Amino acid sequence: MDDELRLDGNAAAGSLGEVFSFEVTTAEYTCEGCGRTDQIGAAMVYEVRELGTIVRCPGCDNALIRLAHNRERYMVDLRGTRYLTTG
Amino acid sequence: MQLYRTLWRLAEVVEVVPETPRTKSLVLDVPDWEGHKAGQHVDVRLTAPDGYQAQRSYSIASAPEDERLVLTVDRLEDGEVSPYLTEVLMAGDKLEFRGPIGGYFTWEEGDGGPLLLVGGGSGVVPLMAMIRHRAIVGSDVPTRLLYSSRSYEEIIYRKELENLAARDGSLEVVHTLTRSRPQDWSGHHRRIDSEMLAEVSWSPQERPLAFVCGPTPLVEAVGSALVGLGHEPARVKTERFGATGG
Amino acid sequence: MGEGFFSRGFLGRRRNRQDTALPPGQYLEDGFPVLSAGPTPHTPLEEWDFSIVGELDEPKRWTWEEFKGLPSEEITKDIHCVTKWSKLETRWEGVSVDTLLEGVETAAGYVTAYCDGDYTTNLPLEDVTGGKAWVAYAYDGEPLEPVHGGPARLLVPHLYFWKSAKWVRGLQLTTYDIPGFWESLGYHNYGDPWLEQRYWGD
Repeated sequence: MDDELRLDGNAAAGSLGEVFSFEVTTAEYTCEGCGRTDQIGAAMVYEVRELGTIVRCPGCDNALIRLAHNRERYMVDLRGTRYLTTG
Repeated sequence: MQLYRTLWRLAEVVEVVPETPRTKSLVLDVPDWEGHKAGQHVDVRLTAPDGYQAQRSYSIASAPEDERLVLTVDRLEDGEVSPYLTEVLMAGDKLEFRGPIGGYFTWEEGDGGPLLLVGGGSGVVPLMAMIRHRAIVGSDVPTRLLYSSRSYEEIIYRKELENLAARDGSLEVVHTLTRSRPQDWSGHHRRIDSEMLAEVSWSPQERPLAFVCGPTPLVEAVGSALVGLGHEPARVKTERFGATGG
Repeated sequence: MGEGFFSRGFLGRRRNRQDTALPPGQYLEDGFPVLSAGPTPHTPLEEWDFSIVGELDEPKRWTWEEFKGLPSEEITKDIHCVTKWSKLETRWEGVSVDTLLEGVETAAGYVTAYCDGDYTTNLPLEDVTGGKAWVAYAYDGEPLEPVHGGPARLLVPHLYFWKSAKWVRGLQLTTYDIPGFWESLGYHNYGDPWLEQRYWGD
C-alpha cells in the first residue's frame, strides 16, 4: 500500500544528528515490537514538519524513535527500540 | 571523518547553472568544507526578515573530490523553497545549510559492485555524485544507471552522462522517457517496471549493490520489483523524495 | 549560526489578512496541510467501530451504521495548527461528543482519544463537552479523506489541531490526565492557541 508521506531513514539524518553524537542512519536497531533488526536507514520516517520526527519499523509500524524539538529542548523517546547499536 | 555536521552554517553562491528548463545547479563555496560521501545530502534553510523559516533537503551533486559543493535543485510548481533557489538566488548570496548528512545512502569505490543506480527525475542527483566520484578516481566497478525522465529536454546531466559513458566501458547509461519522446527516440518509453529492470540489471547471483532514488511511487515500485526479481533487500537502498517537496 | 541572518528576497508562502484576528504566531493557510506521524490506516467500514470506555458503568459502542444513524450537526469553525497555520471557517459534519456521552455517568475528569495506529491525545472532559467537540466524518461536504483522518476524526477546534485526533476509534474516560502522543514529547498538555500554549511550560 503506497504511503506517500513516509520517507526512508536517511531523511531523518539531519534531525537525528541534532541529538545523537554518532551516525544514526547506519546504526542497527532491534524493534521492541517485533524483534526485527536492520539499519535505521532502512526504517520508515515520518518527518512531521516542525512537530517532530518519527522513525518506524517497516515490519510492524512500531515507533522506534520519536523525536521533537520544542524551542531549546529536545525530547527523544526510544521506548520502541530495544537496542540501538553503532557499527 | 564524521559523516555528518549538525551545525547550520553559510555557503556563498558562486554560480547558478541551468541544467534543464526546470532544474538548476547551485555551485557553492563553503569555508572549511570537510568533504562528503557520494549520496549524502544537505538541509537548506531559508529565513524571511520576520524570522519565518522553511527547510528542505537536497542531495549533493558534486563528487567528494570536487573543490566546490554543488546542489542540483528541481523547481516544483507550488514549492516554497525550490522556486527561491532556482529563480531568486544568485552569485554572491549566502545560503544557510547543514551537512553533509546521511551515512546510509552512500557509495564509494571501496564499496565495490556491480553497481545498479536507478533514478527518476531529480532522484538522479545523488547517483550522479556517485558516478562523478567513480570517474574522478578512475574506478572500473561495473556500473549501470537506469534513468527515468519525463522528456528528453528534462534529462539532467544528459551530455555529461553521454561523455562519461562513451569513454568508460564499465559505465552504461540507459534512459527511459515517460511522457514525451523525440521522433527518432529508440530508447525505452515507459515507466520503469520489472521487465526493464530484469533487462538492465545484473542477475541476483551477481549480487549488485542497488541505489534507488526519486519520487516515492517510483522508488516503491522499483524497490519491490528488485526484491521480487530476487535481489537481496539489504543490497537495495532507497531514498524516497516524498510526494511533497520544496 | 549568525544572529539576524536572513535570505535575501525570501518571504515564504504565508499570507496574513490584517482584518482577521488570528491567534498569536499563526498565519493564514489556503490549502489543508497533511501532517501524519504514521501510516494512513485503511480500516474497512465493516470493521470500524467507535467506543466510550474507561471510567463508566457500561462501555458504549457503535458500528459505522449505528454511528451514521446518530443525530449529526454541521459545524463551521476556525482551526489552528501548532505548526502555525490556521484555516478559517472550515466546514465539517459529525456527531457531537455530547450526544456520544448522553446518559454517561462518570467520575472521570479527563479523556484520552485513541485511534487506529498508535496516536493518542488527552483532554479535560469539560473540553469535549458543552458543544465544544465532535467526531467528524465529513469535511467541506465530502466524506472525510483518509489522509485527513477519515473515516472519522475528533474535532476540537478551540484547541491546537493536534488534539483533533485523526482516525479516532474511541474515547477513554480517565481519572488522571495521561499525556498522549505529542504531549509526551514536549507539546503542551492543554494547548490553547489564544494563550499560545504550544509546549510544556508555555
